[in-house]
Amino acid sequence: MKKKSQKVAFLGLCTAVAMVLAYVEILLPPLFSAVPGIKLGLPNIAIIFILYHFGLPSAAVVSFVRIVAVSLLFGNPMTFAYSVAGGFLSLAVMAILKKLDFLSMVGVSVAGGVMHNVGQILMAMLLLGTAELGYYLIVLSVTGTISGVFVGLCGSFAVKRIFIKKK
Amino acid sequence: MNHEKIQPTVPNGGRKLRNDIIFIVILLTVLSLAGLAIFFFRGEGDTVTVEVDGAVWGVYSLSEDRTIEIYTGSAGEALNLLVIRDGKAYVETATCPDGICAAHRPISHEGESIVCLPHKVVITVSTTESGNSPDIVA
Repeated sequence: MKKKSQKVAFLGLCTAVAMVLAYVEILLPPLFSAVPGIKLGLPNIAIIFILYHFGLPSAAVVSFVRIVAVSLLFGNPMTFAYSVAGGFLSLAVMAILKKLDFLSMVGVSVAGGVMHNVGQILMAMLLLGTAELGYYLIVLSVTGTISGVFVGLCGSFAVKRIFIKKK
Repeated sequence: MNHEKIQPTVPNGGRKLRNDIIFIVILLTVLSLAGLAIFFFRGEGDTVTVEVDGAVWGVYSLSEDRTIEIYTGSAGEALNLLVIRDGKAYVETATCPDGICAAHRPISHEGESIVCLPHKVVITVSTTESGNSPDIVA
């Protein structure tokens, strides 16, 4: 009982952290305005941290709650659709790669970052009814890789240093 | 900073680091090839289709020079000025906040498009002759 409430409290805290990171990301100026959609994916630090500490179900719940909350606060239905597609494709791929256990957190995070972009592009193709956004793939996968390395390093520092009492 | 302290988050970190690098290189190669394939396998088109919020707004021939004012938004306040010249189409000016569509280079190849996400405007080059264009959406 105590353990469960501790877990709920901790996941709530992580959700808040993910939301703040999403907000920080909105505040940052666009790096490269010629291509929309380039983002660092900072909330993924919290998500990958939970994935490694608590497993997929917790990560999925936190990811979903954070997407709903951020979309309600700062976004619109379009950004919600993009975020859900990106977030869940990314999380699914990260969970599979984590289970296969041949990559470190950085590699898993890179896959997550790139898949987040792929999910958003697929959703944009679906919503806008055009298959021609495909060439964004090159640019976004390169930037997704770079930010994925950064997020993976941050995540592994966090997993290493934040101690969670597991009784 | 002590490098040894941050490494052993996973056992056998060295092997995984190598796997990471191999994985990233393969991922980038595959995605770049996919992107390049999309980029190059297309011919010249002869019409441009303007879609607003998923619905066809207008179809224009690329062989005829003209200027099209695309007014969208709830009060018609959003403008994308589409120019067709010398068989190419481009957005001359736009009132959208990012201006990405106006910065886009002229399009003329089959399947090329200019997208204005803020105004939900998609301008796509297509071919009217059948048999020439594979249906990649379906």
